[in-house]
Amino acid sequence: MTLKEKQQEIIDDFSLYEEWLDKYEYLIELGKSLEGFPEGKKTDDRLIKGCQSRVWLDCEKSGDKLIFTADSDAIITKGIISLLISVYSGRSPKEILDDDFSFLDTLGLKENLSPTRANGLVSMIATIRAKAAENE
Amino acid sequence: MNDYRNDFPQLARTVYGKPLVYLDNAATSLRPLSVISCWDRISSESTANLHRAVHRVAVEATDAYEAARDAVKDFIGAPAREEIIFTSGATHSLNLAAWSLGEAFIKEGDEIIVSEAEHHSNIVPWQMLCSRKGAKLRVLPVSDSGSLRLDLLPGLLSERTRIVSVCHASNVLGLVNPVQEIAAMVHAAGALLVVDGAQGIVHQNVDVQALGCDFYAFSGHKMYGAPGTGVLWGRRELLEHMPPMFGGGEMIGTVRWSGTTYAPLPQKFEAGTQNISGTPCFVPAIGQTRKMQQDEEIKEFIYTELQRIPGLRLFGTADDLGQKLPVFSFAVEGAHHEDLALIMDKMGVALRSGQMCAEPLMDRFGVTGMLRASFAPYNTMQEAEYFLSSLRKAITMLK
Repeated sequence: MTLKEKQQEIIDDFSLYEEWLDKYEYLIELGKSLEGFPEGKKTDDRLIKGCQSRVWLDCEKSGDKLIFTADSDAIITKGIISLLISVYSGRSPKEILDDDFSFLDTLGLKENLSPTRANGLVSMIATIRAKAAENE
Repeated sequence: MNDYRNDFPQLARTVYGKPLVYLDNAATSLRPLSVISCWDRISSESTANLHRAVHRVAVEATDAYEAARDAVKDFIGAPAREEIIFTSGATHSLNLAAWSLGEAFIKEGDEIIVSEAEHHSNIVPWQMLCSRKGAKLRVLPVSDSGSLRLDLLPGLLSERTRIVSVCHASNVLGLVNPVQEIAAMVHAAGALLVVDGAQGIVHQNVDVQALGCDFYAFSGHKMYGAPGTGVLWGRRELLEHMPPMFGGGEMIGTVRWSGTTYAPLPQKFEAGTQNISGTPCFVPAIGQTRKMQQDEEIKEFIYTELQRIPGLRLFGTADDLGQKLPVFSFAVEGAHHEDLALIMDKMGVALRSGQMCAEPLMDRFGVTGMLRASFAPYNTMQEAEYFLSSLRKAITMLK
């Protein structure tokens, strides 16, 4: 599945939920089922620190692809991380840099979750892009 | 429904199709119609620069601004109007106090004490002063219940202590500190007492002379007034000795290349064009504060019911609820504060979550953040009940 196709799949899934609380239920479930992130990797250099929640993001290279793994202490943020990983992990740096990350706007997540500097979503995206740029 | 709700137009709005339940009052209160119309009246009819010109509108603008000084003086029981310095908010007031007191009185090796329960605004300016002057910042701890460890204060005070700065009430814990008692201890040690009154001014009948402090700082926007307004009250003999932090228009006596003399109080500390529309709003804001009274029943109800929720830890507990503001910060085991705040937002409940500008206090209690519900007199029992049921529902969603 291409990056765009994966994004469309998420947009379609998300549109099934009309109420915000149902969207959150969905994100909470995604967050809970996100693969374990080793405690040993929760280091300061992987930490995206905000006033609200903490996010750890790790990036490894596998051939020409970037593999992202991440975790957060807040479950809704973790659900969003899970979405980001399903879209961007296992892609080449070029694929990532060619994308404008606007699917988050389509989901309404950006406007609803990142009004404050405290929310790590914007920093998370910036970090994914920076990692892609480093490895291009 | 209570009598005050019609005064606050924002209470009528909805968010996500649900009635707004505004419980973030300790961050900023809502504005009553009297304040909105005061701002509008000056903006649309009486805008001119203050103190400078002789024309009619300038006189009106200046009169409105100076009337606010008289209103604030009466409101806090200050001995003289010249002791009321208008600022842009409590943060500005505390920075001004720290900078100017520092220039006047602080030298290398001196000590300053703040409490562990302070807002960053009452920590960072003193840290900046200490690093500038080579002084030392010492910290008065809080107990597990959140009250100041006054038993430890005598051990911290020494002949090197110059300034002690504490909040009247913590923005996180909501506990009212015994300022009178602290003032007596601080003065006996020959030091000065600065009080951050950002929260205290909203709920307490403040009389600075009865409190016995030397400085009292607060904002307009938390007490129903205009954003970008604030006050630093200080004792005249101290203010006289302190150099101004900003130089500019209207703060001078004479300006020559050979040197400048400063204007008398309070203009010495009010350089540049002041908040023409905002500061006069202290008059209606004070009127509104005086008119409203916190419903003690709601406070007791929330205090009791929160502690009945399994896994909920309330920070800032008191045997006498008269010493606690309607400010409730808590953490719930297994439910992150950000998640709770996001979910409750979608239920229409506006709360504060995170470190609340008090990171050292978060560390003290071993949490990365808290959730805070802070009430104002316009909040109803019905809203209090809705808040609790929303919280229970949000916790269930997360567990």
